[in-house]
Amino acid sequence: MDEEKKLPEQPEQPEKPAAEAAPAPKPKPKKKKPKKDPRAKLYKPDHLLIMSSSPHLSTVDSVSRIMWTVVIAMLPALLMGVYYFGWAAIKMAVTCILAAVITEAAINRLKGERFTIKDGSAVITGLLLAMTLPPSFELSGAVIGSVFAIAVGKHIFGGLGYNIFNPALLGRAFLQASFPVAITTWTNPRTVDAVSTATPLGAFKFEQIGTALTDLLYGNTGGCLGETSAIVILAGGLFLIIKKYADWRIPVSYLGTVFVFGGITWLIDPVAYPTPMFHLFSGGLMLGAFFMATDMVTSPITSKGSWIFGIGAGILLVIIRLWGGLPEGVMYSILLMNAVTPLINRYTRPKYFGEPRA
Amino acid sequence: MRLPTFNKGVHPNDFKHFTCSLPVKSLPMPDHVLIPLQQHIGAPCTVNVEKGQEVKTGQVVGAGEAYVSSPVHSSVTGVVKDVGTFRHPLGSKVQMVYIQRKSEEDEWELMEPITDWQAAKVEDLNTRIKAAGIVGLGGAAFPTHVKLAPPKEKPIDAFILNGCECEPYLTADHRAMVEQADRILEGMAIIMKILGVTDGYIGIENNKPDAIQVMHEAVSRGGYDFKVVSLQVKYPQGAEKMLIQSVLNRQVPTGGLPMDVGVVVNNIGTAMAVTDAVKEGKPLVERIVTVTGDGVKEPQNVLARIGTPFIDIINLCGGLTDEAAQVFMGGPMMGMSQLDMKVPVIKATSGIVCTSDKGEAAEDAMPCIRCGTCVSACPMFLLPTRIARLSEVGQTEAADELGIMNCIECGSCAFVCPSRIPLVQWIRLGKLRVGEMKRKAAQDAA
Repeated sequence: MDEEKKLPEQPEQPEKPAAEAAPAPKPKPKKKKPKKDPRAKLYKPDHLLIMSSSPHLSTVDSVSRIMWTVVIAMLPALLMGVYYFGWAAIKMAVTCILAAVITEAAINRLKGERFTIKDGSAVITGLLLAMTLPPSFELSGAVIGSVFAIAVGKHIFGGLGYNIFNPALLGRAFLQASFPVAITTWTNPRTVDAVSTATPLGAFKFEQIGTALTDLLYGNTGGCLGETSAIVILAGGLFLIIKKYADWRIPVSYLGTVFVFGGITWLIDPVAYPTPMFHLFSGGLMLGAFFMATDMVTSPITSKGSWIFGIGAGILLVIIRLWGGLPEGVMYSILLMNAVTPLINRYTRPKYFGEPRA
Repeated sequence: MRLPTFNKGVHPNDFKHFTCSLPVKSLPMPDHVLIPLQQHIGAPCTVNVEKGQEVKTGQVVGAGEAYVSSPVHSSVTGVVKDVGTFRHPLGSKVQMVYIQRKSEEDEWELMEPITDWQAAKVEDLNTRIKAAGIVGLGGAAFPTHVKLAPPKEKPIDAFILNGCECEPYLTADHRAMVEQADRILEGMAIIMKILGVTDGYIGIENNKPDAIQVMHEAVSRGGYDFKVVSLQVKYPQGAEKMLIQSVLNRQVPTGGLPMDVGVVVNNIGTAMAVTDAVKEGKPLVERIVTVTGDGVKEPQNVLARIGTPFIDIINLCGGLTDEAAQVFMGGPMMGMSQLDMKVPVIKATSGIVCTSDKGEAAEDAMPCIRCGTCVSACPMFLLPTRIARLSEVGQTEAADELGIMNCIECGSCAFVCPSRIPLVQWIRLGKLRVGEMKRKAAQDAA
């Protein structure tokens, strides 16, 4: 026990000189040692210098910069949602973000830690959750989902960086379990009243009705707030990839696997199974591939791991969509891969520089 | 065409504009010098002068019996005032010889010049390199004579002269190449004769086009057969293992040395010192130091005597600015922070970098968000965030299993970390602990 207690203090060691930095110049005049020290006349401590351990440079990237950039990258998709669903979309987004941020602050307070709202991660969670909900969803339900996402999805594990599952997806999973009917009631875009309609995936799965690809691309279909238009999500996602705030390997392997696996099933039976393009551009796949699967905290840290993560999620997605009980499988495919991410990390350690190839 | 390089690595701002076009300036002789008895990797020297003794420039003041050791010389003509412990720029207090300069004269005690080195015996040349106190001037300060005498079972077939200078701010090697190309190439030829190799490469980062051109010209002028290789600008291009990968596409095996793949790498400054030692009999008592950064009033490249206190050099460069917050020896990526400006320039002092950057406090670090940026930065293909964390919580064995000892401490991981986690600092601590653990295990076994 004793030993464990000491550990947190040992970190001081590498920076030991730092502790000495301030007091060092002071005692010298008192001791009158300067007379013995032949160099004393040279030494005027007019500068108290900062001591630190190298490197003494750092990049401009920071956690909050990354998080806010992700928020910006999601804005086009949100605006598209506002265009199609009007006020309902705005209300949903604002509600979810506020609920998430307030929950984050309350938990910070409860844990007696620094407020972490500025880092932007709570805003992302709220916004992502809003994007995955149908626009007609009860706002009170959205609040519950946000609170759950932040409290259980993130802070129970220890806060930012320690969670296993993507908090927004966990919040949505919770809502799906709690309000299974409300969360699958969709509205037609560009209508005011909540006339219920089917999503393209639902229509295909339960009624064998297809949807035109152009409608999918532009988002002129029923669906969640942020998942209707594939094109704007793609744009936001590419922006993140160019900024290197999202690992390109994950969307590439995820979407690629869905295309290949979905394509194989379609080739086997083009009547029973949808085309691979339909797979790619329907449902929440684009949103999930670019904004959820790439969540840094819950995806692998190694590049090989990212490939495995994307391929695994892609296979799971197609299986759920084609043979599962639900029309959509993005959420569960990512959450399941989140769960195995620590294992993936463990088994995909890159070979050291100079390590013989086994 | 893509320039040759190694995998991973980072791109810090290079900050070389302060001094890259300033010629090297000789400094006036310092009033006194402090010659540390340990300036190299290996056994420290024992002092062989007494208090009150008069010494000449170039006279040996400390030498060691051990093979991996390098003698130290007085860098001024004067009187030994004291032999005692003083603060060393690498942090600890070390035995040093304090020499007060005597009037203006600068009397040299030179060794016998070996003008016709082509005809000289290899052993004599290497003995000269040891006697001149030459160590790796790039920063590691490994005794050069040891490097140049690899064991028989490790045949060497290539030599690389390291002109990368990948650390931001530093321009000492850059200026040396531009101004002293012939001296450098002759040193390189001597080294290659000692090693008995014919394949010579000069690796230079592409951000020094003038140096690349001058070296090209000097190679053809001198009739040498060396290849000047222009390399991608990337940190740590100048790390031995990375450089060998870039130039020759050979990977030094894990835990191995360059000689395991038949290569020896030396720094620009080292080659220059070799020429001086052989052709003029001059021991290593001065080197080029880049004094730079926005924390010093007149950034310059200076030729400084070893042992000159930092404060003298900084004052001759106009002094620190009022905003100066940090001073380090060496570049900002691997350099050592200094608290006492009385510390002397040592053989490994490639630069004195003064910045107004206050840095960031360790307690401002955010939790790891597992972005993997450090993983894509680590040139040794480690998982910095994992091993730093294991080291932080004291899981030394687990850190060892994940290859913590392969870390070259280049600092790329900490540089890129968006959470500002002191990754390489934790890893350094972990490496110390693994070393301790292994020593203890060895003791217990014995």
